[in-house]
Parts: sequence; structure tokens; C-alpha cells
Amino acid sequence: MTTFVQAIVNGLGEGAVFALLALGFVIIYKATETVNFAHGSLALFGGYVIYRAKEHLPWFPSVVIGVVAAALLGLLIERLLLSRAKNATPDSLAILTIGVDIVILTEITRRLGTAAAPFLGDPYDSKPMHLFGATVSRTYVVALIVALLLIGLFFAAFRYTNWGLAMRAQAENREASALMGIRSWRVTASAWLVGGGLAGIAVIFLATNDIGGGSGLLASHTVAFAAFPAAVLGGLTSAEGAVVGGLLVGLTDSIASQYVDLNFASVAVYLVMLLVLVVRPAGLFGRVEQARV
Amino acid sequence: MSEAVEAPVVTARRDHETVRTAVKYALIVAAGIVVWLLPAYVKNEWLVVLMWIMTGAVGAMGLTMLVGQAGQLSLAHTFFLLVGGVAYAVFASKGTSEYIGFGLPTLLSAVLAVLVSAAAGALFAPISGRLRGIYLGVASLSLVFLGFWLANQLPSLAGSASSGRYAPSLNFFGFDFGVQTPSLYVLNVPMGQTERTFWLFAALTAIAYALGRGAMNGRVGRGWRAVRDNEAMAAVMGVSVVRQKAMAFAISSAYAGLAGVMTVWWYSGLMKPDEAVDHGTYSTTVAISFLAMCVIGGLGSLGGSVIGAALVFGLPLALPLIRSEDTVSAGGTAFTPVVITNLIYGALIVLIVIFQPRGLAGLWDRAIRLVRR
Repeated sequence: MTTFVQAIVNGLGEGAVFALLALGFVIIYKATETVNFAHGSLALFGGYVIYRAKEHLPWFPSVVIGVVAAALLGLLIERLLLSRAKNATPDSLAILTIGVDIVILTEITRRLGTAAAPFLGDPYDSKPMHLFGATVSRTYVVALIVALLLIGLFFAAFRYTNWGLAMRAQAENREASALMGIRSWRVTASAWLVGGGLAGIAVIFLATNDIGGGSGLLASHTVAFAAFPAAVLGGLTSAEGAVVGGLLVGLTDSIASQYVDLNFASVAVYLVMLLVLVVRPAGLFGRVEQARV
Repeated sequence: MSEAVEAPVVTARRDHETVRTAVKYALIVAAGIVVWLLPAYVKNEWLVVLMWIMTGAVGAMGLTMLVGQAGQLSLAHTFFLLVGGVAYAVFASKGTSEYIGFGLPTLLSAVLAVLVSAAAGALFAPISGRLRGIYLGVASLSLVFLGFWLANQLPSLAGSASSGRYAPSLNFFGFDFGVQTPSLYVLNVPMGQTERTFWLFAALTAIAYALGRGAMNGRVGRGWRAVRDNEAMAAVMGVSVVRQKAMAFAISSAYAGLAGVMTVWWYSGLMKPDEAVDHGTYSTTVAISFLAMCVIGGLGSLGGSVIGAALVFGLPLALPLIRSEDTVSAGGTAFTPVVITNLIYGALIVLIVIFQPRGLAGLWDRAIRLVRR
């Protein structure tokens, strides 16, 4: 029973981090119809900035700087690159973000080099705590709480603010919302800003001994990869789907690694996604595109 | 083996184009002679680079047809490479207590390995037919994870991840490509394993190119493009969408399977699965590299995929030969050839999507048009 509680807590904590990444992913997709393959790199970049800032500053200010940096990088990618490729199809824009991802990943991995792997979860990393009679890692619990707060905040903003209204309008119909006076570029840019920021927050949980494992920040790009199946599983057009997908991926991963083995866990995540896609080709909550002849 | 290089490319001929056709045949013959003589002049380490480029080119040709012509995004290409490589190793090598093997003739094994890869691609059709665009891309990514896990679970088939297993090199009706004591001389240079395998790879690349061109210029290619541009319209025109999609995946996987067999030959017969899913010969990283080759060369262009392969697969091997310095001792943060290549091709992808959506092949077409008129 304690193993099961452990697996569930781990899964929910990890899933919450995936949900943060997948949510950013979906926000960007809804605003621009672009799949952002550079999402892992946004997280990695934020983590790298935090790591550098931590050499001079305490933990919390460094994290703030890193999150802002990741958000700005997202904004820069959109403003400098994606908005210039006006004639490109969404698919080729996705490929463009693959190029961005390769450049950022290569450069940061080079900078980190072969030195000791950096870890970013100072206040909670490797500090076990007791919950429902089981011993669980504090990282998962903190991640779950922070993620739930942020996700709640996002949904409130999405529902009740002008920004949220503009986002929803543009996702519904880009031309109509432009005719209604919504500045398209602002919506798009802010989506990348939010997506980058969420990735920057996610990385402080990824680059830990508990979730990322022994190689710390270096592993976070690989771990963040699971945000793709999470977002696709939930449906790329649905923010709720991203949260459900993230938690589902986290739970699958932790239960499979607890009861089968670690290598099977990453496969299990993709198998679950395949199963969902076979039944619902647009994901659990995704909008099914209709073909008009 | 240079006869296969000289095999004529089948194209529709117009009346007044006989001169151009003659020039084309002359060029093909000349290319055959160049390939025949190249091992006598070029150092072995450069032949190895060229061979790796050709391996990448064959794989990229398959992917560029799938993505560029049939419009199906796939990130699973390395999975089919793995299937081809493992199938060849299993068919060709003799069984031992440790490894399963059938000990079939190597040529037959290579053909069977390609067919097995094609079948694996066709088996994915129920999924690939239902999904579109980015959903298909991420779904196909799951195959790479599946392949990684299966290969590590079944070391008796794929070889262990630490040491791998060995498969024999090709024996083409008595012509041994893995010969250790060469008896054949070209211009007084002995043609050993590397030189012979170079001929083999050149021939395979030429055949792959010719077949791909034939498919793209014919009925098959028209069907693919119809499905790519508008599925509903294609169905109305009488193109079986499901069949075209399945066929595109099967053919693309067959190319990947051939590239997988070539990979085994390139490693002198070593078949070794990866130790991590995002790092190694059959990893997600390489799957993305294949996509990069296609984009850099121009999606849908066979010639472009050769250029793409030269950049993405060739550069990391060629740079240390050019700079000839010790990169191992250069420390953790050095600009190693792999780092330089990754930065270049990452940036190239970005620039190409923004400025030249048709890739380097599109640039070439433009240059030709400038000269002609």
C-alpha cells in the first residue's frame, strides 16, 4: 500500500510538471497553430540562467530571473523568427522550432560541458517527507502544489480577463477576432511569453535528483520530451486536455516504473498515447477538424 | 558493381529532348567511371565519410518521399533503420547459443530485411492512416521508444546494448564485399573491404534514387501529392487515400530498412542497439536529424536529401579530418565537430524555413533558371 501511495504521489507530482509544460505547449498551439518543438529548450534555457544566477544570488531571485529569461526567449523566438515566416505552413513552422531546439540544446549542453551536473531544486530536492504513512520525496509534493496554483491562476485569467477573452477569440476564429479589433500579434506574443514562463517554472522541478535523476539539468530536456505525448494525448487544442494529459503521463510513468521497470516506463507513456490516438485521433479533448469539400 | 550505377534512369522522353537525354546518359556513364576509380585516388577515411553520407542519403530519400510527397510527418525513421539492421543480422548470421540467426545467403538476407522493414511500415498503417500532421509526428515518435525498449529486451535478436552482435558482409554471387586479402586491383591499388563497400553503397544509392524518381514521376507520386494537397479532393478523384498513405509509409520504411542494412555494413557488420533513447545510432535525435536532412535539401526532393545527408551526416565525420586535431582531449566545453554540425544545421533549418521553403534544391533550381535565361 505504501508503495502504491508513493507511486501515486510521484505520478501526480511528475504529472503536474508535465501539465505545466503541456499547458504552455497548448497555449502556444492555440494562439499560433504551431507545435513548439523547442519547448524543452525553453525549459533548459531557463534552467541554465537560474544555474548561472545562483552563483551570485540566493535561490529565489535566481528562479525569478530564470523564469523571466525563459519567457523572454519564447517571446524572442516568436517575434524574431516565427512572425517573419508568414507564408510558411504550420507544419514547416513546427520544423523551424526543431531547428531552434537543436541550436539551443547544442549550445547549452556545450556550455555545461562535462562539469558536475547542476541541480536547481535547493529548498526541496532530496528531502523526503511523510504522507499518508508513506515516505515520499518533497519535490513531488511541492511540484504538485505549485503547478495546481499556477494552472488555477491560468484558467481564471483565461476565463475572466481581457487577455483570456482575446486568446479564446483568436483560437476560435483568427480573422473574425482581428476584425473585432483584437491585435493578433499581441495575443501570439503573449502566448509565447506565457508558454516560455511556464517552461521556466517547470525546469526547477525537472532539474532535481528526484525527477530528473543524476544528471540534473542536462536530463531535463529529455524528461521534458514527455510533454509532447501529454499535450497530444489531451488534444492540442484543449487547455484542460493538457492538464489531464500531463497527469495521465505522469501517473503512467511512475506506476510503470514502480511495477514494471524504468525502461518500460517511457515506452508505456507512448503506448498509452497511441491507444488514445487510435480511438480518438484528435486526443481526448481535442477539436476534431472537419473536412469541407 | 559499377554496372548498376550505369542503370538508365527511366524518364518520359519528349521529341526534341534527344540531345539532352544523350547528355544525361553520358553523365551517368561518367559518374559510373568516377565511382569506379574513386577508391584508387581517395583515402580510406574519406571513403568512410562518403559511405556514411550515402547511408544517410538513402534513409533521407525514403523520408523525403513520405513527408514531402505524401505529406505525412514521421519521426519514426530510425525505428525502421533498426528493424532493417536487426532483420539483416538475424537472417544473415549463423545462430549461436547467444544469438538467433538463420545463416541465409547475405544477398537474400538484405532483400528480406528491406521487406521486413516495409512490412513494419505497412503494419503502422492503421494508425498512420487515422492521424494527420503533428499528431502523426508525435505518434510515430512512439515507435522509436518502442524500438529502443524492444531492442534492449531482446538481446538474442538485436545484440546486447553494450557489445552488440556481428553480421557478415555482403557476398554478391561470389564477389565478397568483406574480403580481407584483396586480389582485385584498380590502377594497382588493392580493392579491400572499404573500397568494395564504397562501390556497393554508391550502387545502392543510385538504385534508390532511380527507383524513387520513378515512383515520384509516375502514378504513385501523383497519388501521393493528391493526398498531400487535399485528402477529400483526392478521394473524389478516385485515389484510395488509405492505400496511398499505407504505401507511402511502406516504401519509406523500405528505404529506411535499406539504410539500416547499410548502417550495419558501415559498422563492418556490427549491429548494436542504443544505450539511451535520445543518444545513439537509432535514437530520437537521429530521427530528427533525418527530418533535418529532408528540410535542408528541400522537402520532397531526392537530390536535396543527398545534400542534406552530406551536411548532417557528413560534416561531423569530415570536420575532424579537415582540422586534424585531437578533439577528445579538448575538454568539455570545446566546439567539437558534432557541436559545430548541430549549430550549423539547426540554424540552416531556421533560415531555410524562413527564406527558402523549398530548401537547397529550390536554390539550385533558381540558379539553373538564372543561367538558362
